[in-house]
Amino acid sequence: MNTVLSRRGLLALGGGLAVAFSLRAEEPARPGSLKGTPSLDAWIRVAPDGRVTVFTGKAELGQGIKTALLQVAAEQLDVPVAHIDLVTADTMRTPNEGFTAGSHSMQDSGTAILNAAAQVRGVLVAAAARDLGVAAETLTTVDGTVHAADGRSAGYGPLAATLNLHIDAEPTSTLKDPSAYRSMGTPMPRVDIPAKLTGGQAYVQDMRLPGMLHARAIRQPSVGAMLLDIDTGPIEAMPGVVTVVRQGSYLAVVARKEWQAVKAMRALEAAAQWRETASLPDQATVLDLLAGLPSRVIPVLDWKGRAGAPMKRLKARYTRPYLMHGAIGPSCAVAQLTDGTMTVWTHTQGVYPLRSALAGLLRMPVDRVHCIHVEGSGCYGHNAADDVAGDAVLIARAVPGHPIRVQWMREQEHTNEPYGAAMIAEVEGAIDAAGNIVDWNYGVWSNTHNRRPNVGGLMLQNAALPDPLPVPPPAPIPMPEGGGERNSNPIYAFPNAKVVSHFIPEMPVRVSALRSLGAYLNVFAIESFMDELAEAANADPVDFRLRHLKDERAKAVVSLAADKFGWGAGKRGEGRGFGFARYKNLGAYCAIALALRVEHETGRIRLGRVVAAVDSGQVVNPDGIRNQIEGAIVQAASWTMYETVRFDRQRILSRDWSGYPILRFPAAPESISVHIVPRPGQPFLGTGEAGQGPMAAAIANAVRDAAGVRLRDVPLSAVRVKAAVGV
Amino acid sequence: MIRLTVNGQQHEVDAEADTPLLYVLRDDLGLNGAKFGCGLGQCGACTVLVDGQPVFSCLTPVSVLAERQVRTIEGLGGNAVQRAFEDVQAAQCGYCIAGMVMRATALLEHNPHPHEDEIRAYMSGNLCRCGTHMRILEAVRQAAGQGVKP
Ligand code: FES
Ligand code: FES
Repeated sequence: MNTVLSRRGLLALGGGLAVAFSLRAEEPARPGSLKGTPSLDAWIRVAPDGRVTVFTGKAELGQGIKTALLQVAAEQLDVPVAHIDLVTADTMRTPNEGFTAGSHSMQDSGTAILNAAAQVRGVLVAAAARDLGVAAETLTTVDGTVHAADGRSAGYGPLAATLNLHIDAEPTSTLKDPSAYRSMGTPMPRVDIPAKLTGGQAYVQDMRLPGMLHARAIRQPSVGAMLLDIDTGPIEAMPGVVTVVRQGSYLAVVARKEWQAVKAMRALEAAAQWRETASLPDQATVLDLLAGLPSRVIPVLDWKGRAGAPMKRLKARYTRPYLMHGAIGPSCAVAQLTDGTMTVWTHTQGVYPLRSALAGLLRMPVDRVHCIHVEGSGCYGHNAADDVAGDAVLIARAVPGHPIRVQWMREQEHTNEPYGAAMIAEVEGAIDAAGNIVDWNYGVWSNTHNRRPNVGGLMLQNAALPDPLPVPPPAPIPMPEGGGERNSNPIYAFPNAKVVSHFIPEMPVRVSALRSLGAYLNVFAIESFMDELAEAANADPVDFRLRHLKDERAKAVVSLAADKFGWGAGKRGEGRGFGFARYKNLGAYCAIALALRVEHETGRIRLGRVVAAVDSGQVVNPDGIRNQIEGAIVQAASWTMYETVRFDRQRILSRDWSGYPILRFPAAPESISVHIVPRPGQPFLGTGEAGQGPMAAAIANAVRDAAGVRLRDVPLSAVRVKAAVGV
Repeated sequence: MIRLTVNGQQHEVDAEADTPLLYVLRDDLGLNGAKFGCGLGQCGACTVLVDGQPVFSCLTPVSVLAERQVRTIEGLGGNAVQRAFEDVQAAQCGYCIAGMVMRATALLEHNPHPHEDEIRAYMSGNLCRCGTHMRILEAVRQAAGQGVKP
C-alpha cells in the first residue's frame, strides 16, 4: 500500500486521531528505521486476544536491547510488557535494519518502535472513539484497553481485529508526555537473564534440533595456507564420524556427538600437510610499516579563526596495537538444508547482509537462505560469528537434511577472528599566553574498520575454496560516523584546527569492526593530549576541558563526573585521571574520572575508584545504561593495560588466554559508579561504545599524575610502565 | 556405559571414556548451564561442582566421576547466589555467568563471609569479557550475607 492510500485509510477512521498528519507533497523523512520500513504492521501486530508482537531487525548481543525495546513499546502502546512478544532479527519475519552495531539500535529501532507504537495506539483509540461514539480526546488507555469517561471500554484485541495496520507510518507521531512515562526511564530487570541463570536454552550454542550432528572445521594454520595431500580414510573410520568435507583447502568433519567431532578434528589437524607462506608483517615494526603504506588522504575538518599568538607548541604520537574481540564463548552456528532452502541460526550482527554473503558462498539464490538470529556470547563487533555460519552452511550442504552445529575451538577463535586495527595518531597543538588552545593539527592512520561480510568474497572460507569469489576492496566509512577517523573531530571549540585521516587500503593483518572502531585510539589521543596541553598551560585538566567546550550537554557531563568523583577536593599527584568524549560526536556523552596507583617495583597499575557520567538522551532502561558503561570501563581497562595480538611472520601466536591475557577479577577497579544525566523527551543516543575511549585516556592521564610518566602507546603494560618509571 | 551422578540423579551414558564431563553434560544429558569457553582450563565458563569443589568440566574426564557428586547450575534450585545475580542484574551477554554462579556457590559454601580480596582471588579463574566484574562481585557479597548451604 502506498503512502497516499494509507493516509486516506487512516483518515477514513474519523476524527480525533492521535496521529499528526502531514499532507505536504514532500513529506519529511520518517523517524528511525521507519524510513526504510514504513508499514506499521512490520513493527507491531495486535492479535485478536490482545497479545502484541513487536518486530525488530536488531539483535540481542547482551546489551539488553530486547528489554529496552519492550519498555519502549509498552510505554507508547500502554500495554504491559508481559503481554508483548518480541521477534528479533530474522530474514523472513523482521524489518531489515542492517547491522546491530555502532550503538545505533536505540536510535534506529528504538525510535521506529517508539513512533510505530504511538501511532498504533492512536489508530486503536480512533477506532474505539468511532465504536463508542465519543471524541478520541476523551478516551484513555491502560493495560491494553481503551476506556471512555462513562465507564465503557474496548480491548485492543477486538479493536485491532477490525483494523488494517498494513499502513505506512506518518512522519510525525503524537508521543506521550515524558513526565507521564511509567516504563521508559525506570529500571527494568532484563528479560533474558533468568534463563541464563538457571541453565535454560539461551544461546545458539545451546540449540539441539532433531537429527542434529556436530561438526568442526580444520582451519588453515595461516593466511593463504594450501592443503597438500591428506589421507582422510582413517579419520572417516573413527567412532561416530559421519563424513569428512573437503573442498580445496577447506576441511571439516561431521560426527554424531560433539566430542567425537573434536577428536576427529584433532586427528585431521595432525594428518593435514600445509604449504604456508610468511604472509604476516614483523610485529616489532608493524606500526611503522602501516605508516609507510600507501594511503588515501581524507580531510575531516579545517577550521580557521582568529586566535591569540601561540606561545607553546607540543607534538605527540599515540598508537594502539591489533586488539582481539575475544568472546568468552567461541562462535557457533547451526544450519540445515531442507527442500533447497538453507536455514541458519546465527549470532551474527546482521542477518540480512550475512544472508547475501552465505548465498554467495553457496552459489545459491538469496531467497533460498534464511538467517535467524539466536543469541551467542557477547561479540563486541565483527568477530567470528559470521564466519562460523559459513562453516555451518558449507557442511550442511554436504549432509542435507541434518541440522549441523558447528562451534569454533578457542584457538580457532583467537587466531582467525578479524582483529581491531592497529592505528597511529599524530597531534600537534599550541596554546597562547592565556593558556587557551589556538591551534590543533591532527592526523590518523588506519586500515578499514569494516569488513563485515555482505558478499561471499568476504567470508573466511572463500580463500580456502577451490574457486574463490572476488574480494571487494576495503572502503572507508564516511564521516560523521567514520571508521579510523571516528571521533577524530574534536568536540572542543578550537579557533584553528585541521584533521586529516589517512586510509590505508592494504591490510597486513585481517581486521574489521571492534567496539568503538577508531574512536578508541582517537579519544585516547585527543584526551591524553588535552591533559598534556593543560599541563603546559598549568591548568587543571577538568577546568581546561570546560573552558574549551561550548556544548552545554558536554559541559554538564564533564561537571557531573568531576563533582561525583570529588575532583575539586583532590590534589595533583594522587593518581587522578580524566577522560571525556561524545561518541562519534553524535551519540552518548561520557566522562570518566578515576584514581589509580602505580606499583613502581612491578609497573603494575592498580585501579581504584572509577566514576562515570553519561548523557544518553531519553533514558529507557537506566540500569541497562549503567551496565553498558560499567562493561565498557572494565573492557577498555583490559585493552588499555594488557592487550596485544602477537604474531610471527607466519602465524598468529595469541592462541588462547595465556597468549592473550585479559583482565581478571583481582585487577578490576575498586568500584565503579555511573551517573546518568536525565534528558526526558530528547532523542535516544547510543551508549554501548561511549565509554571505551574516555576510559583509556583517563588511565593514561592518571598514570601521568601518579608516576610522572606519559605513556602514549597502548597497552600501558606493566613492562612499559616499569621501563618508563625507571625505579 | 559410564555411570555418573548429576544433581542427585544417577545416569548411565554411552560415551567414550576420555570424554570430558562438559560434553557429557551438554550432549548426553542435555544440560545447558556448563559452557564451552576454551577447553583448556583458562576461562571457567565450564565450571561445575564435583563433591563441592569447583572444577573445569572441560578438563575432567567423565570416567573418573563414578563415585562422585556432580552439581550444575540446573541443580541449584534458585539458591542465594542465583537470586543475588538476578537482583543486581549481574550479566551482560551472560555466557560466563553459569560458571561464575557455580564458583561463587563453592566459595560461599566453604567460606560464608569472605573478604573482598578472598572473593576476587577465588573468582580469578573465571573470565568475563563483557566487563560485568563489578556486578558479579556485588552479587557474591550480597549472597554472602544470606547464607549459602550445600
Ligand atoms: S571451558 Fe573449561 S576452563 Fe574454559
Ligand atoms: S557477561 Fe558476557 S562474558 Fe561475562
